[in-house]
Amino acid sequence: MPTVIVDGKDIEIGANERLNCIEAARRAGAEIPHYCWHPGLSVVASCRMCLIETGTRDAATGKVSMMPKLVPACQTPAKDGTVIVTTSDLVKDSRARVEEALLIDHPIDCPICDKAGECLLQDYHFEHGQSERRADIHPFTSRRRDVGPTVTLFVDRCIMCTRCVRFAREVSGTSELMVINRGATEEIDIFPGFPLDNKLAGNVVDLCPVGALGDKDFLYQQRVWFLKREANVCGGCAAGCSIHTEHNQDTIYRLKPRENPHVNKWWICDEGRYGWHHIHDPSRVLEARRRLEAHGRATTAADASGFNTVEWADVVTRLRSDLKTASPSAGRLAVAVSPMLTVEEAWMLCAIAKSIDPQAYLAVGFVPRDEGDETFPGGFTIRAEKCPNRLGVEAVIALFDPAGHTWTDLLEHVQAGHADAAWITAGYPTAPPHSPWIDAATAATFDSLNCLVVQDLFDSPLSALATWRLPAAGFAERAGTWVNIAMHAQSFEQAIRPPAGVWPEGRLYWNMLGRRGLYDHTAVRHQIAESSASLAALAGNMPATGVDLRINQLASIDSIHTKATHSHS
Amino acid sequence: MKPTDPAVTWLEDKPLSLGERLYLPLFIQGLSTTAKHMVSTKVTVNFPETRPTVGNPLIYRGVHRLNRDDQGRVKCVACFLCATACPAHCIDIVATESPWPDREKYPESFAIDELRCIFCGMCEEACPVDAIELTSLLDLTGKSREEMIFDKEKLLSVYDMTKDAEPMKSASLGGTL
Repeated sequence: MPTVIVDGKDIEIGANERLNCIEAARRAGAEIPHYCWHPGLSVVASCRMCLIETGTRDAATGKVSMMPKLVPACQTPAKDGTVIVTTSDLVKDSRARVEEALLIDHPIDCPICDKAGECLLQDYHFEHGQSERRADIHPFTSRRRDVGPTVTLFVDRCIMCTRCVRFAREVSGTSELMVINRGATEEIDIFPGFPLDNKLAGNVVDLCPVGALGDKDFLYQQRVWFLKREANVCGGCAAGCSIHTEHNQDTIYRLKPRENPHVNKWWICDEGRYGWHHIHDPSRVLEARRRLEAHGRATTAADASGFNTVEWADVVTRLRSDLKTASPSAGRLAVAVSPMLTVEEAWMLCAIAKSIDPQAYLAVGFVPRDEGDETFPGGFTIRAEKCPNRLGVEAVIALFDPAGHTWTDLLEHVQAGHADAAWITAGYPTAPPHSPWIDAATAATFDSLNCLVVQDLFDSPLSALATWRLPAAGFAERAGTWVNIAMHAQSFEQAIRPPAGVWPEGRLYWNMLGRRGLYDHTAVRHQIAESSASLAALAGNMPATGVDLRINQLASIDSIHTKATHSHS
Repeated sequence: MKPTDPAVTWLEDKPLSLGERLYLPLFIQGLSTTAKHMVSTKVTVNFPETRPTVGNPLIYRGVHRLNRDDQGRVKCVACFLCATACPAHCIDIVATESPWPDREKYPESFAIDELRCIFCGMCEEACPVDAIELTSLLDLTGKSREEMIFDKEKLLSVYDMTKDAEPMKSASLGGTL
């Protein structure tokens, strides 16, 4: 095993690992400050913040010979016998000087800068900078330049690390950004008429170590230190990118990518990044309503007359009895399990359906699709399937009904008159002005049913026909597990509370199953993992980066083995 | 620990001396204090007909005001540092892009709940542009809770009202102008 010596401490690294000195030092607990280096981008070694002293230790004699000059840690590979010194006076002095040089050109308008609080320039200056400013140049105003529909550039705040330029060239492959001028007048800019409008553009804001690139959607909305972050999963497409939901007082302010080497690396797409606004849309369904017996069907989706609001405690009991009454003979209840539901919610829904009607027809709900997957040169893929959990729901349905039906099957089933009652779960983020997920003609299929339960975020032609209109929860209001298109399962907690009057699906199903206490998705997940081989990998504590369900065989053998050892001891 | 614990030492009061038992010396001492105040200068005032004088307006912590810059615009840049520093969470700011070319950000709305405020002066300490200051206005009354939530216009009007009597503190305290 190659050994690297970090500040006098021997650290072993993998034989085939290609680490630079920043990564090797991190293993030893030494953080080397850096601006331009990012694990997902090429190395330019231009910021000079990561300068360190290095040398080599001779394997035979143990003699250490040091390099006469400082070298950038990001560009220096860590090999067997590499000596890294990160705390010498020479290194500290160099960092302080780099900080000083950067701050000469910086407007220091932290009070009005959105990055303040999560800015590397602030953090490194606090840690490595000088206490006094020696330059007597007056700070100048911050010039602002529009570089794209979602991103704005504060030119004078930029420290020219060129992370954004490299991102646009290497990951999105669109090369909109460039460096204009040279030397002290260097600036980031775009070619006139070619704005930064690719589908990954928002990532340059996350990459920017200072406040130069700002997200117009978040600009001046909230100071970052007020935000609380919850590890979450994006529900925008089947890729299931790991994200942080950043919120304050149950209001989401922004979504940020969460590093996950198995799924999205460091990036998310703009569709996901700005795909949270529907959660706070005023037109959301906010009450559980049931149609009055005396009234006929509502004429339009928005027509609330003929419905009365039902308390949730009553929904729990009345929904079950309504469905039972409407479908007296076996096999007459059809349930669409939405691919927006978590595995736990889907499992509980199926269990409820089977307890009402042991031969209930279970199908995967409507799966929204775009034209095709879109893969970028950096390897990031936006999936065409615009729902997060189709595979998870399919796996759950297979536990109850091996036949496995699709939404189209369900439509045909109802069309053919094989059903008396239907429970359609939806929850698609189709806030107006988006057109509803289902058109009036398709919705008419369900016109003849005795009882139709529609659980959705927004009104659609289907909810106009509904007997029960139940609200659904948005992605950040759910807790549970989603399985992405590569069979990678990720669990997440509820980030924000749903609006008053809305029970997330999990809570309703938990109560309908007669379980006590608060909805505990972990308990349900463990129950699912125990009862099924295909989802056995969901057992135990879920790592933050999720698990691959395809390793379920290994996992189940492992758990049998652990159980065996436990019983022996 | 119980009263009977050996570690507890019980002390007895000293018995009163003859002078103390007479009460007369203490009686004379008390009356002389009263007499002294009858002839000395009065410190009480007939509030509100007479206003009390504030010793040093620079350090007095009364009603807030929002200062104006030399062009009459609100000086505040909506950095939220006062709201962050506020221990009573009584400051509510909504920030937006400023309509002026030389300024980037300004408060669209700025409200202080004067009933919630504990007049600690941390907002004044935190402000990087000396936009929020505490005046020496000390009598703050209102008929409703809503009335006591001072919005931006009201806070600016406090500045207009007090700017002649109390110029901005920043100059004398070495802050921004």
